[in-house]
Amino acid sequence: MTSTLNREGLLEAYRTMRTIREFEERVHADFATGEIPGFVHLYAGEEASATGVCMHLDRKDYIASTHRGHGHCIAKGVDPVGMMAEIWGKATGTCKGKGGSMHIADLSVGMLGANGIVGGGGPLICGTALAGKLRGDRSVGVCFFGDGASNQGTIFEAMNLATVWNLPAIFVAENNGYAEATSSNYSVACDNIADRASAFGMPGVIVDGFDFFAVHEAAGEAIERARNGGGPTLLEVKVSRYYGHFEGDQQRYRASGEVQALRETRDCLLQFRRRVTASGEIADAQLDAIDAEVKALIDDSVVRAKADPKPAAAELMTDVYVSY
Amino acid sequence: MSRIYTLTMPKWGLSMKEGKVNGWLRKLGDAVAVGDEIIEVESEKIAGGIESPVAGVLRRQLAKEEDVLPVGGLLGVIADADVPDAEIDAAVDAFNASFVPPSEEGEEAGPGTQTVDVGGRRIRFLKRGSGGEPMVLIHGFGGDLNNWLFNHEALAAGRAVYALDLPGHGESVKEVGDGSLDTLAGVVLGFLDSQGLQAAHLAGHSMGGAVSLAIAGKAPQRVHSLTLICSAGLGEEINAGYIEGFVSAADRRTLKPLLTQLFADESLVTRQLVDDILKYKRLEGVDAALAAISAALFHEGRQKTVLADLPERLGKPVLAIWGEEDRIIPVKHATRVAGEVRVEVLPGKGHMVQMEAANEVNRLIDHFLS
Amino acid sequence: MARKITYQQAINEALDQEMSRDPSVIVMGEDNAGGAGAPGEEDAWGGVLGVTKGLFHKHPGRVLDTPISESGFIGAAVGAACNGLRPVAELMFVDFMGVCLDQIFNQAAKFKYMFGGKAQTPVVIRTMYGAGFRAAAQHSQCLYNVFTHIPGLKVVVPSNPYDAKGLLIQAIRDNDPVIFMEHKVLYTMQGEVPEESYTIPFGEANVLREGDDVTIVAFGRMVNFASEAAAAAQKKGVHCEVIDPRTTSPLDEDTILESVEKTGRLVVVDESNPRCSMASDIAALVAQKAFGALKAPIELVTAPHVPVPFSDALEDLYVPGVARIEAAIMKAKEYK
Repeated sequence: MTSTLNREGLLEAYRTMRTIREFEERVHADFATGEIPGFVHLYAGEEASATGVCMHLDRKDYIASTHRGHGHCIAKGVDPVGMMAEIWGKATGTCKGKGGSMHIADLSVGMLGANGIVGGGGPLICGTALAGKLRGDRSVGVCFFGDGASNQGTIFEAMNLATVWNLPAIFVAENNGYAEATSSNYSVACDNIADRASAFGMPGVIVDGFDFFAVHEAAGEAIERARNGGGPTLLEVKVSRYYGHFEGDQQRYRASGEVQALRETRDCLLQFRRRVTASGEIADAQLDAIDAEVKALIDDSVVRAKADPKPAAAELMTDVYVSY
Repeated sequence: MSRIYTLTMPKWGLSMKEGKVNGWLRKLGDAVAVGDEIIEVESEKIAGGIESPVAGVLRRQLAKEEDVLPVGGLLGVIADADVPDAEIDAAVDAFNASFVPPSEEGEEAGPGTQTVDVGGRRIRFLKRGSGGEPMVLIHGFGGDLNNWLFNHEALAAGRAVYALDLPGHGESVKEVGDGSLDTLAGVVLGFLDSQGLQAAHLAGHSMGGAVSLAIAGKAPQRVHSLTLICSAGLGEEINAGYIEGFVSAADRRTLKPLLTQLFADESLVTRQLVDDILKYKRLEGVDAALAAISAALFHEGRQKTVLADLPERLGKPVLAIWGEEDRIIPVKHATRVAGEVRVEVLPGKGHMVQMEAANEVNRLIDHFLS
Repeated sequence: MARKITYQQAINEALDQEMSRDPSVIVMGEDNAGGAGAPGEEDAWGGVLGVTKGLFHKHPGRVLDTPISESGFIGAAVGAACNGLRPVAELMFVDFMGVCLDQIFNQAAKFKYMFGGKAQTPVVIRTMYGAGFRAAAQHSQCLYNVFTHIPGLKVVVPSNPYDAKGLLIQAIRDNDPVIFMEHKVLYTMQGEVPEESYTIPFGEANVLREGDDVTIVAFGRMVNFASEAAAAAQKKGVHCEVIDPRTTSPLDEDTILESVEKTGRLVVVDESNPRCSMASDIAALVAQKAFGALKAPIELVTAPHVPVPFSDALEDLYVPGVARIEAAIMKAKEYK
């Protein structure tokens, strides 16, 4: 099977996925030491989804993310060093330490924010897509949401609106099987989230979220259709997360060995490497080099995050529209 | 005595961790006799005076008014007039050097309450002391074993003393059957069985006095003596307004004025005392228990059962103690008991005389028992 | 010694006892059991912080896990309450009121009045609020003032384990919609709680400390801070009366006004933002009804008018603390 991506594109895709993985594994390890404040929700295992979609986007395209947002941020081009500092609550963070893991945003790269409200992004993406449509700049909006959010009224309303207004919006349902501790087998009334697309008058597509190429291809079609005025698409990415809903979740609701089996047989990085090396497009050594560079980057981000200052007290009262 | 006596913050009740100094009742340098009240302190629940256990001179007032001290903290020093100041200072330093305040969340000092199953009813009790002829303390209507806060430890110096929560009260079961004296007396007898007590001295306050009399009536052989404190069961009159009000009171506003009737010194009714009783009253089953007992014992404002002649019939010695200003049960009932009776009426004290005049009451009981 | 349990255990026990007593009581919410449809354990979570743990097995069929559809299941709880059940629905974080507020304030709150007194809606909405977990802007708000504003809702803000149990049982037995606010930081707070069932009536403030100098009215977690500050002030000879209204709706105005009549000074401590808050509400009440008694300006100790920041450095500044309360007490006392 061939890919539409050239060698550079493939290396970029791998680097992005590897950066997300390295970032999340590192946050996982550091969170366990108790040094990172608050809640974090890790994206490890789902890298192919954010990467496969965001490879098609540029800065003027907006994405809306979820509480599990680190992967979307990195894939959309948010600086991992700033992200790490944000997660550590430092003044140098992407949001000056005011937002934290659940609210990392960088509008300069079209990242409208991780979101603490499940399903919060759907209507927002209708708005960014509407702006793009009215400007006629062929930009699109992508709403990432989970199987949990797929049951929120905001998502239903947004999908309906997107069709009514024929918006260049793509709804990416990352179905990782669990809304917190509840299985999507229970909480999603139909077999597939994508089955709901027909009810909202848009195409529904299901892809294997461990397969970067499948995601990349399906997202490409949907985004191209949107850019060309063809309206919204619901893309359901079937995937899994390697860690709990939040760090600290013991995941007793999962089958034992479930994650281990996925890591060993279906992992997106593993599959990607096998495929591009087997086809001879890229050598193992090049991927290894990327691994090393990414590791150095993330190591550095942590060293800097730890050393960076906390926000100054005066920051408490800034960035609010009305002060009293 | 050692020549230098250190006066410390007492521990009233299991939950007391610290106390506040309300004021010194004796001046620095005053000569004090055994039993003189030296200082008044206040726990969350209640205020009370501390007596000097020794004769001497109040040589140091180390705690000031309004100071809050941990239990065991040093309040002052009593010593003979001829003890040199340097010696007293050294004793104070030594005390402070070795004093460890009770830990915030540490295990409770001393014994805790226990529960025992008495004929299917869960009964809470607190045992202090050991040996001697055992004594059982029985609280009144709406009360609990904490009513003996100032008495229990003192009385337990020479004997095992049990205080219990009657059914429908405190942390005992709230089911009271028909709520009659006979039922309540039966439960106390069952409690004696559960503790392996053949016989005991009984001290009853208010309704607890009537229960004590009923126990003596049911099983005279198990009662050594009766201490009846502002006791029910000795005449018909009772403050019906108080009983009815107490049964129906559902909030602090209505409860507090009722509770002030229990004391001659109304300032003793602290916020915490009202709160504790309100918490008790809100427990599921308490309303029904109090209503049942009240219906069984008090009818149309009168006490139904008068057992004043019982002690004489049974030949049981009685100590009757009353607060002269009792507003619940008239003080004249004190002299209604027939037989071998010692009557003590304490002026300026109310219905809760064992709290208001704890030291005096403790002394009277101790003397009576010995 | 009375038994000590946590605020969280007190809530669980209240739910358990009421479910045992009354078969019409049901519990629903996201992961109130957890593990539904999943291959692993049932009751895997018992609520995101374990507050409802164990109820699923003790009361089969009466603990319902919901999709993440707050409008849907909060509304369903309201409907079920209209039809003979007494649902206790959990809105995991109060911040999520945003996605389901219509069902609460336009539906549940209005029925009794709008339908001429013919509707009864005995629903309880339990919800977690408050800062202190570094949970940032969308998981840390108070918002009880918003519910308090809405006629038809009763709003409960317990500050300790004893009150949590008694007020929750009262809430479940109450025939009107009740918003039951649980401060996430208080879940681990220990306190004496009777094993028996008991209720605490709504609209009855708890007076934690009596004093003649300064009245402090505080809500939820702030009650504990206010008590600490009052103890510190006591060492300086300033005697505070600490009042915990326990419910913001209904509000025990009498206890507050009587206290201010006595002290002439008022400090209100409220973890929420200052505008249109319980702090401003209590201040207005006292200014209106006890103006003549005031000897000093009313002091308000609140969070600033900003969203809850993430970084611990900022969140710690955001939450009103003991030192700020103590300073307000002294300012009120020393006003000439």
